[in-house]
Amino acid sequence: MADNPTYKLIGKNFTPPDIEAKVTGASTYSEDFRAEGMAYVKMLLSPMPKCRVRNIDASEALALEGVYGIMTADDVPVFPNPGEQILTNEPNFVGEPILAIAAVDESTAANALELVNVEYEELPFVLDPLESLYPGGPDAYSGGNLVSSLRIEEEDELGDIGVVSHKWTARDFAAVDEGQLPMGQATMDWQYGDLDAAFNDAALVLDETFVTACNSHHSMEPRSAFSYWQNGKCYVHGSTQSQMFVVPGLANLIGITPDELVYISEFCGGGFGSKGGAYAVMALPAHFSRLISRPCMLRITRAEEYYLGSARASFQGRAKLAFNDQGKMTGADIYIVQQGGAKNPFGDFGAAGTMVSLVYTPESMRFRAIPIGTNTTPCGPQRGPGQNQMSAALEPLLDKAANALGIDQLEIRRINASNHETLTGGENRQKVSSSYMLDAIDMAAERFDWSNKFARNGERNGSKVIGVGIGQGYHSAGIAGFDGLMRILPDGKLHIHTGVGNLGTYSYASTSRVAAEVLDMDWDNCVIERGDTSKHLPWTIGQFGSLTTYTMSRANYAAAMDMKQKLQEIAAMDLGGNAEDYDLANETVFNINDPTQSITYAQAAQRALELGGKYSGEDPNGTNPLTQASVAGLAGSGLIGVARDTTPLNEHISAMVATFVMIELDTETGNYEILEFVSSGDCGTVNHPLGLVGQLRGGACMGIGMARSERQIYDPQNGLPGSVGLYQAKPPSYLDVPAFMDVSAVDQPDPTNPMGMKGIGEPPVGAAVGAVLAAVSNALGGYYFNRNPVTSDMILNAASGREQSNSPLQILTQ
Amino acid sequence: MRPQNQSRRSFIKGIIASGAVVSTGGLMFVSGCSENTLSPAAGSVERLISLNINGTVRRVDVLPNETLAMTLRNKLGLTGTKIGCDRGECGACSVLIDGVPNNSCSMLSHRVTNKNITTIEGIASPAGELHPVQQAMIEELAPQCGFCTPGQVISSVALLNNNSNPSREEARQALAGNLCRCGAYDHYLNAVLRAAEEIA
Repeated sequence: MADNPTYKLIGKNFTPPDIEAKVTGASTYSEDFRAEGMAYVKMLLSPMPKCRVRNIDASEALALEGVYGIMTADDVPVFPNPGEQILTNEPNFVGEPILAIAAVDESTAANALELVNVEYEELPFVLDPLESLYPGGPDAYSGGNLVSSLRIEEEDELGDIGVVSHKWTARDFAAVDEGQLPMGQATMDWQYGDLDAAFNDAALVLDETFVTACNSHHSMEPRSAFSYWQNGKCYVHGSTQSQMFVVPGLANLIGITPDELVYISEFCGGGFGSKGGAYAVMALPAHFSRLISRPCMLRITRAEEYYLGSARASFQGRAKLAFNDQGKMTGADIYIVQQGGAKNPFGDFGAAGTMVSLVYTPESMRFRAIPIGTNTTPCGPQRGPGQNQMSAALEPLLDKAANALGIDQLEIRRINASNHETLTGGENRQKVSSSYMLDAIDMAAERFDWSNKFARNGERNGSKVIGVGIGQGYHSAGIAGFDGLMRILPDGKLHIHTGVGNLGTYSYASTSRVAAEVLDMDWDNCVIERGDTSKHLPWTIGQFGSLTTYTMSRANYAAAMDMKQKLQEIAAMDLGGNAEDYDLANETVFNINDPTQSITYAQAAQRALELGGKYSGEDPNGTNPLTQASVAGLAGSGLIGVARDTTPLNEHISAMVATFVMIELDTETGNYEILEFVSSGDCGTVNHPLGLVGQLRGGACMGIGMARSERQIYDPQNGLPGSVGLYQAKPPSYLDVPAFMDVSAVDQPDPTNPMGMKGIGEPPVGAAVGAVLAAVSNALGGYYFNRNPVTSDMILNAASGREQSNSPLQILTQ
Repeated sequence: MRPQNQSRRSFIKGIIASGAVVSTGGLMFVSGCSENTLSPAAGSVERLISLNINGTVRRVDVLPNETLAMTLRNKLGLTGTKIGCDRGECGACSVLIDGVPNNSCSMLSHRVTNKNITTIEGIASPAGELHPVQQAMIEELAPQCGFCTPGQVISSVALLNNNSNPSREEARQALAGNLCRCGAYDHYLNAVLRAAEEIA
């Protein structure tokens, strides 16, 4: 990626201000804080997938020396079913917190938990959405299996508030062949184009049932939290991807107003979607601290992280795909049953439909889906929720179609690639703002040397065989409407306040550089204020959904333009003329017609303090109430630039990645090495080159994990999770990913962003899982597993002609 | 674990000979009382021990079942050592023990009293000058979330101390015990090779 000549800072590498602390160990995560007199909290977790707590006898535990107190569900607020609870007497997954004990140290708290006697009433549970949908099948939630706001038929009988029991008919199940996904009434159902004509006129129709894995997030930092109360405010040190986005939800969980909360999250040891906003367990130490008047630390263990730390939902799906003889996808009829998990399901299913419409651009499409609760780890968003499951499911099938039609596997992707006119599917179809996917495919194909590499597909060397594959990934990549806030102090420094959080992408810093670029600031004269709400941070999008780069570059641009306007106005006041007569350069406001007429930013900031009013923070400029509070906190400290991003956005922001891999698969061991890896992305203007390639490679590693090893498994008889350690749940190590990954970007600007930027965090995952699975299928001569991960034993079964041990619709298994 | 009929002095000698459990420094501190008046119950070990950490002897009250990771983080304020799994799977808690990388979550503090322990806080020079590995990791933008980074630094330093010119594959093998969920593996390997060049 060449330097961008348009900008001083955009497109250039820089040293993020927090990185040195990461290599020296000085970085402080939530578990690294200590306070005098602090207590340690340990939780008693549900041992059953669904039960009711009949009685709790904690008398012996409370008598233990060093125990400070106990909290049960009776001591914390209750949130609407099937939402996450802080503590509950009606757990519906193994590992859901029932009660907690605080003590002088962790050992004492753990010993006390052993002395608590709990009487449980075991309740029927369900792991498989299809079992729950069967007439008379068990419901995962209290009162149902479907969140009522998702249903489309009013005649469903309402169970608990917000939940209905939704069943298909026995006829629905009987109507399909063994191994095919039944398709009863869905809760999402949209269509465009003439689907019947597409299938009637098709040169090829595929009708494939598939499943995708439920897999954990495996954040290296478990979600520990530390909390105390001081001067009427609650201080929480949490592990979240986001900063300000967490505040309203966390305040609600604690039962206070946002202004009573000080939230500190300077570093986050990984979230990948599972820590995007506030989550219930992080409020527990705050409640406990209020009860026992001590600072409270809740250290989450690795096993607890697996129990309650959320997971990607598995899909049981069916894809009927129609192609013409050129390989164009003329029709797609997709049905997704989503494993809802034990709590509110995330909208993976909806994103799956959008993905199909944008990546494969079918001329006609019907999409149906339903998320059904299961007594498993809650299923929240994971990096490309929905989109990346579809990459896993459909990319190998695209090769199956290409092979059947006698079309090159690269060409079938090129012919179906999106362009600037492509529309999303859904009720309200939106045009994409830009799509350079074809350029990304061609760039990666050239760097990979597709023709020569694919010629080697199937090449054998003893038991080893070469496989080559292509994958594509997509995610929406930006929204609008958030706030930017910055100050110039009388010393001339620009303080950029950002509330986006610190997930590890460094986009908190790279999007702050947009403000410095607009104001022509020397980056060394900029200070980023972040990580602690007491630093007066604006209301910003969180760090999730590939949204930060696009969304916050717009918001910081808006606030920087407000700052620019104020600088020009102050110069005009002091030097004469109109604001429009002035421009900015080298931290100076100068008269365009007579550049000797100028004032420095430092002088302007001093004048702002004298002028007061909007210049020094008495007008929050139509921003969110949380931003307004922060502006009030900063008032009188310098020249304030603050604005909400109000530029209209009527288009869909789309980012995509194309990935090519070559593997060497050993048919005697079922193992394979990824020999070559090439990936190119469409992310608009490149802002931070090293940050970008880090995301492209890091996302790919997650995709490789989805392809080869990661999954949650459950004991179907007792509903117990079997993957509650890293070695069981299997995120990839150095040895599972290529020793080198070639990554690049198209670097073409998006017209709806002032600097042309788009996000990119999630599409590399889908592109990688698709490419690796496609390569495995190609290495095996066109064997399609229709599931992920594809593990070594599955490869061995395929290579030796044995049946697979999984039935086609089985989930939560190897 | 001391048999009740064994003298305290002979017990200590045995322990020192076996290279395990307790240091004399810690015992001497405790034995401010007369050793005759000390009669620990069977199965007990001394609690106040000395650990040589980053070149400094630190006296610390340690439970018999306490891991080095817990001692470092909770007793000595050395929170740069991270606990990712607490069962020797992820490598985030790596420290050097006599120059060899170890998972401190799986090492009892009592077992390292006579060892030289280097944590992430001891990798930069006392004056704060970064080790070439640390500097290279910054230049390669290797850390993402940063939680595994201390362990990656420790394993990289250990590798370069033994092999100043590793191949990419050798670096990959040497770091294979350090998981990174952000998937920054490529960047860490780049940093190791860059640091090797710097050291050479």
